[in-house]
This record gives sequence, structure tokens and C-alpha cells, in this order.
Amino acid sequence: MDGVSLGAIYALIALGYTMVYGVLQLINFAHGDVFMLGSMIGWYASARWTGESQHPSILGAVAVTLLSMVLCGCVGFVIERLAYRPLRGAPKINSLITAIGVSFFLEYGGQYAFGPNPRAFGVLPHRPPLHLFGITIGYVDVVTIVISVLLMVVLQRIVFHSRIGTAMRAVSWNPSVAALMGINIDFIISFTFVLGSVLAAVAGILYASKYPSVHPLMGLMPGLKAFVAAVLGGIGNVPGAMLGGLLLGLAEQLVSGYTSSSWRDAVAFGILILILLIKPSGLLGKGTAEKV
Amino acid sequence: MADALLELTNVDVHYGAIHALRGVSVRVGEGEIVTLIGANGAGKTTTLRAVSGMLKPSAGQIRYGGQEIGGLKPHKLVARGLCHAPEGRGIFPNLTILENLKLGAFLRRDSAEIAKDLEHGFTLFPRLRERAGQMAGTLSGGEQQMLAIARALMARPRLLLLDEPSLGLAPQVVETIFKIIQEINKAGVTILLVEQNAHLALGIANHGYVLETGSVVQTGTGAELLKSPEIRKAYLGE
Ligand SMILES: Nc1ncnc2c1ncn2[C@@H]1O[C@H](COP(=O)(O)OP(=O)(O)OP(=O)(O)O)[C@@H](O)[C@H]1O
Ligand SMILES: [Mg+2]
Repeated sequence: MDGVSLGAIYALIALGYTMVYGVLQLINFAHGDVFMLGSMIGWYASARWTGESQHPSILGAVAVTLLSMVLCGCVGFVIERLAYRPLRGAPKINSLITAIGVSFFLEYGGQYAFGPNPRAFGVLPHRPPLHLFGITIGYVDVVTIVISVLLMVVLQRIVFHSRIGTAMRAVSWNPSVAALMGINIDFIISFTFVLGSVLAAVAGILYASKYPSVHPLMGLMPGLKAFVAAVLGGIGNVPGAMLGGLLLGLAEQLVSGYTSSSWRDAVAFGILILILLIKPSGLLGKGTAEKV
Repeated sequence: MADALLELTNVDVHYGAIHALRGVSVRVGEGEIVTLIGANGAGKTTTLRAVSGMLKPSAGQIRYGGQEIGGLKPHKLVARGLCHAPEGRGIFPNLTILENLKLGAFLRRDSAEIAKDLEHGFTLFPRLRERAGQMAGTLSGGEQQMLAIARALMARPRLLLLDEPSLGLAPQVVETIFKIIQEINKAGVTILLVEQNAHLALGIANHGYVLETGSVVQTGTGAELLKSPEIRKAYLGE
């Protein structure tokens, strides 16, 4: 169950990578740092606002999470607006380098503002583990799984059953034809960044509740792993990112259960190499056949 | 002569260093069918792209409904009733047929009327109704072309730009498409039509323009151009 909740967090982050890739064919390397900001904002808000960086009340936890979602959404919006939009027509490599630059900016800017030392932070109130169907599940894991599933259901509704979701999928296939339908491409791209960043914020809060240590470089590993999860499921594919996250979380947990846990990280990148060798389009990835 | 709904005056378009349109002037009267014909690479598609805002002209004027529109974004023009059904179908294979059709009406809010237009599209092309829930990518090439036309109608355009709507269709279907184009026109939609099939296009058009390497080389009514010896030789294979 530990693996499932970890996988759910990876999936939440992976959705941001995959949706942005869908509409822009861009790997937004700064996404892991938006996730970090999600935790960071949570820490600041709990410490300053509820007067407690550890275990505020349920209501406090909800308020802190909402604040973090809103602020991260704004950050995502601003990143796209300032860093990526001016390069929209330029070669892809320029945007990629910019993405890495934005990521460094957030990481080192974060170290400057926050200091390099990790702080303890757990936004969820302490509760004993639950016993369900003969297995024992940590309280944080239960909350993580429930919230992630809820968010993914909502996201699935948005992407596949709403007007704006249809527009997102149209833009991801062909932005210039989508514009001929009356779709405002810039708006859809901004919306996609905001949506991904909001999910990353929740992932940041949940992650910090599971591993209560917040610091400016904490987005690096989960960010990379979520990227692997997105590739595993098929980059650009929304259900794929959910599946990829879950599989990666489970794989990591199995490995750390049987061998030393330092192999955990190796697993993720082993999977990345394997998938790139065997099926680069990912498990649910679409072939790019076009009818003529 | 009808008032001009669309008027291009000395329009130039560049693709980087490539000079694709050189001083093109085209006039489309309200309620008319006007056709652009010309060899491959003459600049027909480029002209439509400049009108719908996909390309920004480097010189010249484009006026639509009396206002300069050169350089406006496509979605703004769709809101003003200018709808472009692009070359090569441009359907969304990753969306269902129904979703494709609804996207055609993306900016409309009158759901009752949208439902009517959807029904009309299904009546024109019954195959689309049978397969409404399937991914559009599973349609055959000709069926995708039908979907593209049905989708363009969903916008209820004032001016419709059609780029080779008969491409790759069986002869009977081509005839159906041309009948439909005339019907839409009778219902009040102004049409700018790009076609390889010069014979059929000139047959239904009020006016025609012949493009050659980015310039208009001949113009006249459809009937005049059909009779012109140069046209008969170059485009009608005589
Ligand atoms: N995206 C592009 N980049 C560079 N050059 C282009 C581009 N699109 C078209 N061209 C060039 O512009 C000229 C006009 O092309 P256009 O597509 O308008 O021709 P067309 O008349 O529509 O031809 P066809 O009948 O083959 O569709 C051609 O020389 C073409 O090579
Ligand atoms: Mg063309």
C-alpha cells in the first residue's frame, strides 16, 4: 500500500508533464520544482498561518492545501507566460534549455530564500494506521490514495467530457487546425499549465506528509521519477500517466522490500531505459499513423 | 454587383525567404461563390491561410465585412463568422466523430440550434451518424473529408473558405459535395472555394481567379473562364 500511495503521488506529478507535453510537445523540466513549491508553500502557510508546521487541524490542512494549489497554479501560469510563450515559434531545443533554466532558477532561488536545510513538515494530523481487509495501511497512505483517486476522476471528467477538455485534446493533435475551430490556443495552453501545477501542489503536500522533510531540492527526484512514469505510460497520454505512476510506485516498493532501498532510484531509471528500448511510445502511447 | 464581403488588395505573403504570394487581389461579394484555381504550388492554400489568420501578410490589405483583418488571430475571425476548412481534411483523429462535429460549433452557445445543425449534418452524411461514437481516425479518407465538411457547417459561417473539398472522393460523392456547396450558398453563406477540379468549380462559381506562382494571372465570371482557351488548355486538359 506504501507503493500504491507513492505511485499515486508520482501519477499526480506525471499528469502535469504529460498534459503539457500533449499541448506543446515540451518537457517542462521545471514541473518537479513546482511540486517542491507546493510543499514549500504548505510549510510556510502551516508555520506562519496556523502557527504549527506539524499536524494542524483537518480544517487547517485543507486551507493550507487550497492555498498551495492556488499559488502553484499562478506560478505555472507565470512560468508559461514568461519563459515558454516567447519561444513558442522557436526550435524545440530552445524551450528545452529554458525549461532547465527555469528549474535551476526555482531550485537555487529556493535555496537562497529558504536556506538549504530541510525542515520537518507534515500537514496531515497524526492518526494510527488503519486495518482493512487484513492489511495495515498508514493513515497518510489512505488519505493520499483517496485524494489522488478523486483528483484523477475529476481530471478524467475534465479532459474527456468537457468542452475545454475537448479543446485541449484538439490542440494536442493540431494547434493550427484547433484555432480554426475558434479555440484560443494561448488560453488552452495557460489552462493546461495551471491544471498541471495545481495537481503538483497537491502532490507536494501529500509527499511532504508521507516523507516529512521539505527543502528546495526535494523536487528533483520525484520530478524525474514522475517524468519516467509519464514516459512509461506514454507521454501525452492522460490515463497512461496514471498507470505509469502507479506501476513505478509499486515497482520501487517491491525492490526496496526485497533488496536494499538504495536500489529504488536505479529501478526508475532502469525502467526508463527499458521502455525507451522496447516501446518508446509507452504502454498506452498512440502510434502516429495517419490515414491518407 | 454585390457588396464585397472579403477583399484582398495587393497581398504579399512570405514563408521565411520564400515569397509565396505577390500582390494578390481578390474580391468576394456577399452571397457569392468565388473560386481560386491554379497549379500545385500556385499559392491557393496560402491565400486562404492569410484570410483566416493562420499567416500574417507581409504587405497589402485584407478587409472582411468592411474591416481590416490582416494579422488577427484565427479564433477571433471564427467569432466573426469566418470559417476555414483547411487542406488535407484537418479532422481530429484522436477525437470521436461527434466531438469533431461539436468542435465545429465551439464558439456557439445556442444548443438547440446546434442540435439541429448536427441533425442536418447526419442527414447529409448518414455514415457519420452510424459511427458518431467512434474515433475519427477510424474513418476512411473520403469519410474524413465528409466529416470535415459537416464540421465546417456546424460553425454556421458567414464566409466559408473551402480548400479542395473534393480531394480523394469518389465521383458520385464529389457531385454530392458540389450540390451541398451550392445549397449552403443558397442558404446565405458566402464561399471562397479552392479546387483542383476546375471544371466543376467554375461551373458553380460566380467568379474565378487563376493563380500562377503567387500572382493572379486571369479573372472573370465562372462562365467566361470556362470558355477561355488558355484555361481549357491549362486546367481542363484540352
Ligand atoms: N509552410 C511552408 N513553408 C515554406 N513554403 C511553403 C509552405 N507552405 C507552402 N509553401 C510554398 O508556397 C507556395 C504556395 O504553396 P500553396 O500551398 O499555397 O500552394 P497551392 O496552390 O495550395 O498548391 P496545391 O494545389 O498543391 O495545394 C509553394 O511554392 C510552396 O512550396
Ligand atoms: Mg493547396
